[in-house]
Amino acid sequence: MSGSAYQDDRGNKDRSITKAGSPGSATGARRKGTAVPAPGGPFLIGENMTGGYGKGPNILENCTIAVDEGEIAVIVGPNGAGKSTAMKAVFGMLDLREGSVRLDGEDITSLSPQDRVAKGMGFVPQTSNIFTSLTVEENLEMGAFIRRDDFRDTMEQIYDLFPILREKRRQAAGELSGGQRQQVAVGRALMTKPKVLMLDEPTAGVSPIVMDELFDRIIEVARTGIPILMVEQNARQALEIADKGYVLVQGANAYSGSGKELLADPEVRKSFLGG
Amino acid sequence: MDFLNAIVALSNFVLVPAIAYGSQLALGALGVTLIYGILRFSNFAHGDTMAFGTMATILFTWWFQSLGISFGPLPTALLALPLGILGCMAIVLLTDRAVYRFYREQKAKPVILVIVSMGVMFIMNGLVRVIIGPDDQNFADGNRFVITARDFKQMTGLDEGLAIKTTQGITVVVAIIAVGLLFWFLNRTRTGKSMRAYSDNEDLALLSGINPERVVMITWLIVAALATVAGVLYGLDKTFKPFVYFQLLLPIFASAIVGGLGSPVGAIAGGFIIAFSEVTITYAWKKVLTYLLPEAWQPDGLVQLMSTDYKFAVSFVILLIVLLFKPTGLFKGKSV
Repeated sequence: MSGSAYQDDRGNKDRSITKAGSPGSATGARRKGTAVPAPGGPFLIGENMTGGYGKGPNILENCTIAVDEGEIAVIVGPNGAGKSTAMKAVFGMLDLREGSVRLDGEDITSLSPQDRVAKGMGFVPQTSNIFTSLTVEENLEMGAFIRRDDFRDTMEQIYDLFPILREKRRQAAGELSGGQRQQVAVGRALMTKPKVLMLDEPTAGVSPIVMDELFDRIIEVARTGIPILMVEQNARQALEIADKGYVLVQGANAYSGSGKELLADPEVRKSFLGG
Repeated sequence: MDFLNAIVALSNFVLVPAIAYGSQLALGALGVTLIYGILRFSNFAHGDTMAFGTMATILFTWWFQSLGISFGPLPTALLALPLGILGCMAIVLLTDRAVYRFYREQKAKPVILVIVSMGVMFIMNGLVRVIIGPDDQNFADGNRFVITARDFKQMTGLDEGLAIKTTQGITVVVAIIAVGLLFWFLNRTRTGKSMRAYSDNEDLALLSGINPERVVMITWLIVAALATVAGVLYGLDKTFKPFVYFQLLLPIFASAIVGGLGSPVGAIAGGFIIAFSEVTITYAWKKVLTYLLPEAWQPDGLVQLMSTDYKFAVSFVILLIVLLFKPTGLFKGKSV
């Protein structure tokens, strides 16, 4: 972020004049494009995506990721492979230099992330994915911000899916445990009734027991008919529940196939699953 | 009897003025804390925004007075207040369009906005002086007292009187209404919740479809209203002088920081803490102590800890103490 005088805070750390934390960093938020019809192909696909952050080098090289209706697609790969970046590219938080993103028969490459939400994408970022100072219920309400109709039914469904949230609905979301926070985050994204749900490492930083529970919940969400695209660190467990798997290496597709195929592939096992 | 007299004297000289002053500071600090929570910087132009709103209200008050409109026993300024708020909203939105928006588009670091707000402060300060002049303006009319010291003495038969000025009564009532409306708005309405969400996590708010520019605009509108109300109440209670409003920035910032920047409840608590400290430390306690202590212990001097010239020093000492022991303020300022 160097070069611009406006980005230089001159080492200021004084919290009595400026608020801590980063201001909105989402790139692409000011993008003002429209969706173009592009029939055919999978339900959601980021095709031949090439791009990086700002004016920096390419992080993604010709990367393709797709998910079809009723499927769970999982992106795995070593650290720094560009898994999260690929996810952000599909969601529009990254300017693509090449390639396109299509959702439900429309080319949405030039849409801003918030417009993609309106088109039916639900995204759960890896970090800061809840409003910590708002109550659980308010988090869900904010998830439904773009909806002008009555969303109480949807909220009930989410409480049925995550019963612990009903219990804690008057509590500030920031006071919940890691696993519960992730449930709030997923619940918030589900409030728009998305056509596709994208999860960026939903099990990061939670204990193995909570992780199993979260995976169960994710399968449950998928059973309601929402296609899920997710990035996972726990490659083995994720591939076990995946209909489709993508192994990324250095921003490019290294292997892809069904979850079972990848788990059986000796090359994939050797390099990513520890034998 | 002496004990009652002491309480009445204390109320008359300390409690009532401090509650009124505290309400004014609290309203000012709420504006500062909202800007801090949503736009991420400390708005140094806040004192002069108050001055501008008050000036607009005074101009409308004079116009009403020239038309012969009055508000009975209450000050005419209360009638002019909504128009003054509109005037202040206009200037604040204009400033945002002309100045702050540019820096938001550059994604400028907040510390740059702090300096920008200083520039806005000087311009607004100049503007107010050009329009209404640098002198004192007394614009309070209507009845001066809700209850005078003499009436109180006759009513109760005590030696000490308790006077409550109309402006003090109005200050407290208006402040309670304003704060009630603000909290209702922030906690109960969809727009208010979206402001809190934006203050908490800008990126996620954007992903939820909350329009940042709209949140910023509503914040400015609320801040303009709060600043005008605070400024008019202070002006009614004391007097309007542009330079005094510029100086008010100091106790207002002290209030907001003591309470915890970004926390509305903290801003209110901070306002009262600063007000009570200023008034109690600069009050001459001789009278109250004379009633309370046995004759042998009665003080000879005024028992005034500090002269009123040092009242700003009091705010800063409290500010320093709080920052030393609880840097995030008394009510942990996390977000609006």
